[in-house]
Amino acid sequence: MADAAPPSKSRDLDKLLLRPGNLVGPSFEPGVQLRDDLQEYAKVLVVGAGGLGCELLKDLALSGFKNLEVIDMDRIEVTNLNRQFLFRLEDVGKPKAEVAAKRVMERVSGVNIVPHFCRIEDKDIEFYSDFNIIALGLDSIEARSYINAVACSFLEYDSDDNPREETMKPMVDGGTEGFKGHARVIVPGVTPCFECTIWLFPPQVKFPLCTLAETPRNAAHCIEYAHLIKWDEGHSGKAFDPDNPDHMKWVYDEAVKRAELFGIPGVTYSLTQGVVKNIIPAIASTNAIISAACALETLKIASGCSKTLSNYLTYNGVEGLHTKVTEFVKDKDCLVCGPGVLVELDATVTLQKFIDMLEEHPKLLMSKASITYRGKNLYMQAPPVLEEMTRSNLSLPLYDLMDKVPKDILHATGTINKDNKKSSGLRKLRVNFKGIDGVTDMDMAGGA
Amino acid sequence: MIKLFKVKEKQREIAENANGKAPVKKQSAGELRLHKDISELNLPKTCSISFPNGKDDLMNFEVTIRPDEGYYLGGTFLFSFQVSPIYPHEAPKVKCKTKVYHPNIDLEGNVCLNILREDWKPVLNINTIIYGLFHLFTQPNYEDPLNHDAAAVLRDNPKLFESNVRRAMAGGYVGQTFFTRCM
Repeated sequence: MADAAPPSKSRDLDKLLLRPGNLVGPSFEPGVQLRDDLQEYAKVLVVGAGGLGCELLKDLALSGFKNLEVIDMDRIEVTNLNRQFLFRLEDVGKPKAEVAAKRVMERVSGVNIVPHFCRIEDKDIEFYSDFNIIALGLDSIEARSYINAVACSFLEYDSDDNPREETMKPMVDGGTEGFKGHARVIVPGVTPCFECTIWLFPPQVKFPLCTLAETPRNAAHCIEYAHLIKWDEGHSGKAFDPDNPDHMKWVYDEAVKRAELFGIPGVTYSLTQGVVKNIIPAIASTNAIISAACALETLKIASGCSKTLSNYLTYNGVEGLHTKVTEFVKDKDCLVCGPGVLVELDATVTLQKFIDMLEEHPKLLMSKASITYRGKNLYMQAPPVLEEMTRSNLSLPLYDLMDKVPKDILHATGTINKDNKKSSGLRKLRVNFKGIDGVTDMDMAGGA
Repeated sequence: MIKLFKVKEKQREIAENANGKAPVKKQSAGELRLHKDISELNLPKTCSISFPNGKDDLMNFEVTIRPDEGYYLGGTFLFSFQVSPIYPHEAPKVKCKTKVYHPNIDLEGNVCLNILREDWKPVLNINTIIYGLFHLFTQPNYEDPLNHDAAAVLRDNPKLFESNVRRAMAGGYVGQTFFTRCM
């Protein structure tokens, strides 16, 4: 033993990746190869470079991931600095994604982080298909729903409605609100997706407009009055921009006047921002806990070194501490991640014939169907104005209406007649045109 | 899944520059649910719907209400609807585009209808909202005022309220406020 090996940077990681174990994932193959592959082949996208995003980038970089990208549309603000620890005072005004990527690369050698300073909707879908895992550090239902839909759009099912593993795009989603947080693993086709359980979110608190106009009782009422009612009166048609400090100041000033009129205390500029922008209070340590859980799940999905969280972890530090993992269940009819109903057709079938077929299809039994394809309404049963606009499509071949794509998804709404009961339903259909070049070949390749 | 990642990376290299799929418009779950709502609309004769951006933009539409009874008989009132991608988790944003003398609609077109804000639930739909709006014209109420003056007149002097409504709808002044004709 002349030279002891230099202490490895991945010493702690090696304990997970190089040794076999009893509680590992089903496809776990420990060894140096795994560690090297993880570094070479795993590409992870971090969505959001805020409180969770900063933590996620740091955690993933320190967990051995070498190929990271981060996307965020925001610029750094002074109020971020207490917890978004990658940022400094001199960074205020710079794009979060760029500064976060740079800081982590400076500290962790060998990691490459590509920043994207833009909206998530600005990237085309192909951009997202490049990543193996998507880690979410977001603060809105809307953004989560969007990324979830993109990730699920890559998922394909075989003819027996089994999801194809190679088309799954796993996501790890974190979220915090003060002392509370959640971490969840979404493997489209295997676990429920975000849309399967979206109904679990409580509705947003919205004050009645007449309360705001007539009987304000607290500071938030005064602010919402200025924001929702007074703004329109004073700015004929000009839209309120929450990111414009002048607009925010105007709303604040009006809210103060309103509060004085009714003798209500507590209107401050920061509360105005909080109410108008729906800002959620953030605590650095909650972010750290949730991000750590998400980063570990990302590592587990990629390496198989342990079974993954199944599938929704909640953390609540409000009164004492409570944490629990709940296994959410899939909605088998989910429009976003579900297989939908496979319908095989000749390329000559007209839209009218197709609609008639849905009535007979044993898995659908849908009459009076309205059909929509990727944002194009092919036929609408109602209202009359839309029926008239779409009627001429009925005599056209569906294949042509679907831009001659041999297999794709479309959606149908109609009356479902099941067990002599009628109910209205919205269904996802996987349309597969028979005898179109390419389709048969692909199917055989899949089955071989 | 690392083995899969490896395979995919190889495939990607091969497929690079190969015929990519044309960029496609994605439909949000909210859009699909709205498609269902719209295709199942069952409106009273007094209400009609139109789509200013054509048949493929359902997220922005207009509803016209022509009350067939009550104070507002003979008037035509236009509402704009803006639906979010996370509909029905969030209620549509509804504004009245016709300036109206009404206790529950202010002069900027804000509408005080409980199901549009505090009482919205994802089981409700576009049909429910349109019926709710229609109801505001047959049963204006002074208990949830947005137009304070109109509400006070309706409560204290229904006869005066009625003549104020007629004057506003015919095009004219009520107090200091001018209303354009909407009959």
